[in-house]
Amino acid sequence: MTVMSRSQTHYFVPDPSRWPVVGAVALFCLGLGAAFAVNGMPAGRWGLLAGALILLYMLLGWFGDVIRESLRGNYQGKEDLSFRWGMGWFIFSEVMFFAAFFGALFWVRVVSLPTLGSADYKLLYPDFDAAWPLATGPGITDVYSAMEALGLPAINTLVLLTSGATVTLAHWGMLSGDRFQLKWGLLATVCLGVLFLTLQVHEYRHAISELNLTLASGAYGMTFYLLTGFHGLHVLLGTIILAVVWLRVMRGHFDERHHFAFEAASWYWHFVDVVWLLLFVFVYWL
Amino acid sequence: MAMTDIAQAGHGHHGKPQGLARWLFATNHKDIGSLYLWFSFCMFLSGGVLALCIRAELFRPGLQFFQPELFNQFTTLHGLIMVFGAIMPAFTGMANWMLPLMIGAPDMAFARMNNWSFWLLPPAAALLMLSFIVPGGAAAAGWTLYAPLSTQMGMGMDMTIFAIHIMGLSSIMGSINIIVTILNLRAPGMSLMKMPMFAWASLITAFLIIAVMPVLAGVVTMVLTDRHFGTHFFNAAGGGDPILYQHIFWFFGHPEVYIMALPAFGIVSQVIPAFARKPLFGYASMVYATSSIGVLSFMVWAHHMFVTGMPAAAQLFFMYATMLIAVPTGVKVFNWIATMWEGSMSFETPMLFAVGFILLFTIGGLSGVTLSVAAVDVQLHGSYYVVAHFHYVLVAGALFSLFAAIYYWFPKMTGRLYSERLGKLHFWWSLLWFNVTFFPMHFLGLAGMPRRIPDYALQFTEFNQIASVGAFMFGLGQLIFLFNMLRSLRHGAPAPQLPWDGANTLEWRIPTPAPYHSFVEAPQLEVKENGVVVRLSGGRHEE
Repeated sequence: MTVMSRSQTHYFVPDPSRWPVVGAVALFCLGLGAAFAVNGMPAGRWGLLAGALILLYMLLGWFGDVIRESLRGNYQGKEDLSFRWGMGWFIFSEVMFFAAFFGALFWVRVVSLPTLGSADYKLLYPDFDAAWPLATGPGITDVYSAMEALGLPAINTLVLLTSGATVTLAHWGMLSGDRFQLKWGLLATVCLGVLFLTLQVHEYRHAISELNLTLASGAYGMTFYLLTGFHGLHVLLGTIILAVVWLRVMRGHFDERHHFAFEAASWYWHFVDVVWLLLFVFVYWL
Repeated sequence: MAMTDIAQAGHGHHGKPQGLARWLFATNHKDIGSLYLWFSFCMFLSGGVLALCIRAELFRPGLQFFQPELFNQFTTLHGLIMVFGAIMPAFTGMANWMLPLMIGAPDMAFARMNNWSFWLLPPAAALLMLSFIVPGGAAAAGWTLYAPLSTQMGMGMDMTIFAIHIMGLSSIMGSINIIVTILNLRAPGMSLMKMPMFAWASLITAFLIIAVMPVLAGVVTMVLTDRHFGTHFFNAAGGGDPILYQHIFWFFGHPEVYIMALPAFGIVSQVIPAFARKPLFGYASMVYATSSIGVLSFMVWAHHMFVTGMPAAAQLFFMYATMLIAVPTGVKVFNWIATMWEGSMSFETPMLFAVGFILLFTIGGLSGVTLSVAAVDVQLHGSYYVVAHFHYVLVAGALFSLFAAIYYWFPKMTGRLYSERLGKLHFWWSLLWFNVTFFPMHFLGLAGMPRRIPDYALQFTEFNQIASVGAFMFGLGQLIFLFNMLRSLRHGAPAPQLPWDGANTLEWRIPTPAPYHSFVEAPQLEVKENGVVVRLSGGRHEE
């Protein structure tokens, strides 16, 4: 593990790699499998399973290569800056993905529900009651209740905010060379992430079995589940990333100056944190 | 495998990989750029065949060859394949090939991810193509996939949705690569306000892609959950709204128009100065015009929805905002003309395509201004006038600029000269038959012929027949291009380092064909506006 010293007129260009093609095969299986599965064809499951396994294999191999290159010292200042820009723009794309769903939420609340409940539409939809969140209408056949903001969601807000603090503690530990603080701060963050996900599973179970709140529960049910669901998937991903970084810390990777994987994970974590705050305000509270 | 990776990677660059592995496992921007270009040409031919099926059906009124359901699948897949399979990958391919050479970068910033961006495209294209043979056939809702059409239909729609997810992933990663390469890997001396317009156009295009492709992914995901998981996003019965689909889609869709136009502006801004032998007129204003088009493109989406119904104030806002875009676009057109003014021009094939671009794109732009007038659009919406408008922008705009780019950089890419005679034939042939195909569509639209129908009223027959003849001849002409490329690749005369005496950007200062690893070490540069190299030192290449 010798760190090559070289001036930055060079830039590290990786050797030919099979992982991108493996990843393309994985996504083809996932895409075709998903199309079959949503149409109730049994072959779809196998496609999804195969795609997921190939994708897992690709991720392990690809990130393995990246970590080895990092340890070998291939990544110097210029490469590091590329990673920073790249991660920033990736998070921006994620922001825009959530923006589409927030846009849908605001549209149904500000435009479509009031319109459907207005006097103009009484002739068309006499039974439509545009109340939020408990609208009733011809497409909303079951009675459901809304998720209360001050129960589990408030606890989950505390959990995520705390995890934002612990990951910052870990970052300070990293910067000051305090490995103890780094390890425990990071481990606490991962645990809080797992706790958040556990509570969310619990919340969903409560919503489905006791509140009868499903994806089909009108404008409220669909925005609730898609927004919190995609957020939950991002928390899951963030937790996995943080856990991998934690494992690398335990193996002695990273030092005070060279730890972009850690920073990328914490940026991502803060991003899901901010999304949650918006969710808490606009989905649960208002 | 992993161990050998470690053993080799430390040495940095080594020789060209051989055989199939060179293309499958590529991390070289030139190889990946070539893959992009060949893939997009295949998609161009596939989408073209669909277009010819459409034109064959429309040669006469009544139903000739295809049932309306299949016809609708053709129009839908023609649009999707041309937009996501042909035009966008072709520009990404050009950016891959040329950006590192033009700004003095060693490669793209994320060379391995670059390959994934490309290799995601064939699976996505396969999903689209395969959807023709599943029960219910391919998506038939038009390329815009409007709900509630798209919330019905068979599993071909699901395959289209997942194909869009995969293509979105591909173009987001490709765009991150382009942005980071431009921001981080410019050679010393190549400052932002000096770099080539093609780099600026690619930069802003990449920003637009990252901003709107996730929005498209989000909206087709909502279509998916509406189809299979009981949500009511686009169903009023559950509190949703089909118009919501249009708003989210066009929030993506309008910037998408500029995603397919800005790189064309960039290419033309390189080609025109080279063949007018004058510096680009108003470089800084070009940069600002491109940027303001990027910003404005987010504020005009509802002009696609004037007949959907919206408050008069909103109609006025979107109408004036749309007209406003004509200002920076006009700045560009006038700058190109001013660049040519009193230049010592010569008209080799790239220049012909660039000048043809300016002429025809301006026609397409002006018919766009016509359509932006809400009161007029109510009459023209969904008619062949719109079809004529966007084909002037996309075929004579995006496609002609791509031909200009291919001819312009062909010697640099391959080390050989293409046949100028065949190139010119290709241009004049394309110019003529393009107009024969699409100009009559203006009249058809003004006379009230709706788009996306397999049958039409008798009085539209002549213009449709003219358009169909034009389309088949235009399609035939593209075989001239293919033949020219294939023959010149093998038998073309060796190209000198500087085949165009007016070309003065960085890529023309290195050997021809471009070394496999250009700029293993960054050069020291002194450049003027639009990437014109004044002084160059250092910058090692390796084969």
